[in-house]
Amino acid sequence: MPDNLNLQLDNNGRLRHFLSIEGLNQSILTEILDTAESFTSVADRTIKKVPILRGITVANLFFEASTRTRSTFELAEQRLSADILSLNVDTSATVKGESLLDTLQNLEAMQIDMFVIRHQDSGSAHFFAQHVRPGVSVLNAGDGQHEHPTQAMLDMYTIRHYKKDFSGLRVAIVGDILHSRVARSQIHALNLLNTAEIRVIAPRTLLPVATESLGVSVYEDLESGLKDVDVVIMLRLQKERMRGALLPSEKEYFRKYGLSQERLKLARPDAIVMHPGPANRGVEIESSVMDGNQSVILQQVSFGISVRMAVMAMIVGQSGGDS
Amino acid sequence: MSLPSVEPLIEKLGQALTPYFSSPDSQPIIVGIETGGAWIAERLQQRVAPGAELGSLNISFYRDDFTRSGLHPTVKPSSLPTDIDDRTIILVDDVLHSGRTVRAAMNEIFDYGRPQQIILAILIDRGEREIPIQADFVGATLELDPGSHIKLEGPDPLRLVIKSLESHAG
Repeated sequence: MPDNLNLQLDNNGRLRHFLSIEGLNQSILTEILDTAESFTSVADRTIKKVPILRGITVANLFFEASTRTRSTFELAEQRLSADILSLNVDTSATVKGESLLDTLQNLEAMQIDMFVIRHQDSGSAHFFAQHVRPGVSVLNAGDGQHEHPTQAMLDMYTIRHYKKDFSGLRVAIVGDILHSRVARSQIHALNLLNTAEIRVIAPRTLLPVATESLGVSVYEDLESGLKDVDVVIMLRLQKERMRGALLPSEKEYFRKYGLSQERLKLARPDAIVMHPGPANRGVEIESSVMDGNQSVILQQVSFGISVRMAVMAMIVGQSGGDS
Repeated sequence: MSLPSVEPLIEKLGQALTPYFSSPDSQPIIVGIETGGAWIAERLQQRVAPGAELGSLNISFYRDDFTRSGLHPTVKPSSLPTDIDDRTIILVDDVLHSGRTVRAAMNEIFDYGRPQQIILAILIDRGEREIPIQADFVGATLELDPGSHIKLEGPDPLRLVIKSLESHAG
């Protein structure tokens, strides 16, 4: 069986599944961004649809709650003309004791061609990809604390849209890195795209062990970390994943790590502010920053549709010949 | 084999299309299929009706062999004027061969709206149709060996070349 990292590429190096940014290369990331760009115009048409996934059935399996990711995946699928099936798995069979493998096999018996899966356990998308039939593909919509690759790609798309080139950029990721699959995917993607400097800013208790080995510089102090950055990515404080006393209180967290107007002035004047959502106003980000003119948080959501369309289209169109 | 030069063929197409631009209240939109067709569409616009609206289509999302051929992210995305309802569209491409490209282009046009009429103008018709699509106006008709591939190079100057290729979906 191929190892986990190569599972997502076929023998020609083309995308077969989309499971993690780790294990991909710069040219695939750039191809995703370029392809996404060509999909943005679909939203401006009378009929917001292209026939790329016509006849393909996609199952969206969300074992964990999601608003943005799930709805933008569904819209992306619909705009590519796929037939879709969305299952809220907290309210279905697994609650009744069915194993993940049984759920998969039952869905495969319904001739599903593509699975989009979000699950609380790290590695669950890989597990799916290892067990699907040949020709069936799996997209990771967030697995435990491991990766959330389409979110990272829409973030890269947003950064490229506003900043053009990664090679001169300082990007700061602020907050709960420890519990964040988004941060992990972002760091891999930023590194693959040759970002000049990646900073992570967090209290020690919210940093994974050996964070520096990911190719980032670590700041425990928000103010020094924000100095002269071009992009500020705020992460959500994941209250539901907190076990043990990692933090004194939300108020204390905002006082030390919340992004306020005042602190944003330490970044470059043209810095953009991003957040993968859902944001806790007043906990990690001040309301006025979230609604301010440096915030591109809602643009991220729109770009998410094109990026997800791009990934699915690349998996289905195996590329090759000239036009 | 000697290939015709491109400019006289565009001139010929331009003359044939001029009557469509006679009424100032209902100007056609000139739409070229990327990339060769878009170059010709631009030349036609300059010659026949510099005020006419110009659009371009990248049909890769609509190709019937998409699962085999995939995307070409370097090709410019389609751009059509916002409202094409009840308009006349002059659809322009460099080479008409199987007819599949034109079919894909027409499918795409109807996702933007409902034009009143589509006129097809083609620089080179090389025959060998696989579906029943014919051009309204043709610059020149050529017979080529089935294995060969004719291509428009450009944009400046525009020039026809023949390449031997095993397959071409145009």
